[in-house]
Amino acid sequence: MNYPTDVRYTKSHEWVRLEDGLAVVGITDYAQDALGDVVFVELPVPGKKYAAGEAVAAVESVKTASDIYAPIAGEVVQVNPGLEEAPELLNQSPYAEGWIFKLRPDNVADLEALMDAAAYQAFAESQ
Amino acid sequence: MLGEMKTTPLTSTHQGLGAKMAPFAGYLMPIQYSSITAEHLAVREGAGVFDVSHMGEFWVRGAQALDFLQYATLNDAAKLKVGRAQYSMLPNEQGGVVDDIYVYRTGDQEYLVVVNASNIEKDWNHLQSLVEAFEADLEDASEHTGLLAVQGPKAAQVLQTLCDVDLSSKKKNDTFTATVAGKPARLARTGYTGEDGFEVFTEAGDIKAVWDALLGAGAIPCGLGARDTLRLEAGFPLYGHELTDETNPRCTPFSWVVKEYKEFYGKAAMLGGECGQVLVGLLLEQGIPREGYPVLAGGEAVGRVTSGTISPLLKKGIALAYVRSGAEAGSLEVEIRGKTYPAQVVSPPFVGLK
Repeated sequence: MNYPTDVRYTKSHEWVRLEDGLAVVGITDYAQDALGDVVFVELPVPGKKYAAGEAVAAVESVKTASDIYAPIAGEVVQVNPGLEEAPELLNQSPYAEGWIFKLRPDNVADLEALMDAAAYQAFAESQ
Repeated sequence: MLGEMKTTPLTSTHQGLGAKMAPFAGYLMPIQYSSITAEHLAVREGAGVFDVSHMGEFWVRGAQALDFLQYATLNDAAKLKVGRAQYSMLPNEQGGVVDDIYVYRTGDQEYLVVVNASNIEKDWNHLQSLVEAFEADLEDASEHTGLLAVQGPKAAQVLQTLCDVDLSSKKKNDTFTATVAGKPARLARTGYTGEDGFEVFTEAGDIKAVWDALLGAGAIPCGLGARDTLRLEAGFPLYGHELTDETNPRCTPFSWVVKEYKEFYGKAAMLGGECGQVLVGLLLEQGIPREGYPVLAGGEAVGRVTSGTISPLLKKGIALAYVRSGAEAGSLEVEIRGKTYPAQVVSPPFVGLK
């Protein structure tokens, strides 16, 4: 299982990476492995604001449907257009090509409250 | 929690193959080895093998074994010749279903009844209470019986390489004994996937040799995840979802099992029951229906999905759902995360099976 150190993590198994002031969000390697074959991603509409912990998107695997929550508060400014045709990118490249949406954070400092790689790995392995 | 979980003779074999394991009906079972889609397609296109040793096996023997089964089951057991098998159900006194089962006639006065793992104890107690009035005996062989399902268009070809009986001479629902991978076994040309295939019963201690030989002969190991998508594509019910102690099977596509011309336990209640709701198949062009999602007609809730998934073959949402009787004639929608998606009522199977 892959736990890159350049992202922060949530207990609901999202990752966040700060790029040019925007928070890029996806699901972790642990999450994609648990879900199995991802077959559909329900994407949010850009322009909408979300509170931390609010459901923004949904990921459907063959087995189950799972909500994706905003790791921090902010406005969705972009969604990954590639996921419409290739939802399996979440399985194949969870931390890069499989990103789901980008948020403009209300407060960038909110990221600091999230887990780092070591803390998330310990959390995931205890599940 | 896992310490209290029951295992099959193959549990450690599955773990060694890297399967994702999860509790099912009190047993620690493989959900998938590689991916549900890949395993599903292996069964539709080639040959897959499932460990279903968690299922229950009861033997019924005695001069009135048939009379007992006629009374305790819904299908017509009198039609079974030695070496033949049938799908059936156990009715309760209120006209509901205790379990859905398979009945195999293995001898003149001997039958094998295979029941769902989740219902072994309930079925056993139920059948024990009914058998007292008959000259017949019940034996619970579940603990020492292993069961594999070899399924798919190439199942016969794969199994034949290990088996001393000519499988091409066997028809659907035939059952017979054979030696498989050097082990004594009972076989049946039955399954739960909608494909051709065989189920192989052995003593629990022999099942690993048969499993290993099947994998060596090219069968793909498949978990309960694919078993569920396969049975749903085929339109088969899963006990606890489409069938329960409260559901009247006459209100489902499986009403053919109910043979009204014979006597059976709870018959008056079953035949007197109204179908306030009916079980239908739903096909969605968009959206994936899941168990528990509401079914709507013109914005009004008229039912609920009992099983749903994306069909790996159709790449569309499929479901079985109970809806208010009559609603199936109009247009229906399924509510998914607050949005509604049109659903077409279709008669299962959802895919064109052989």
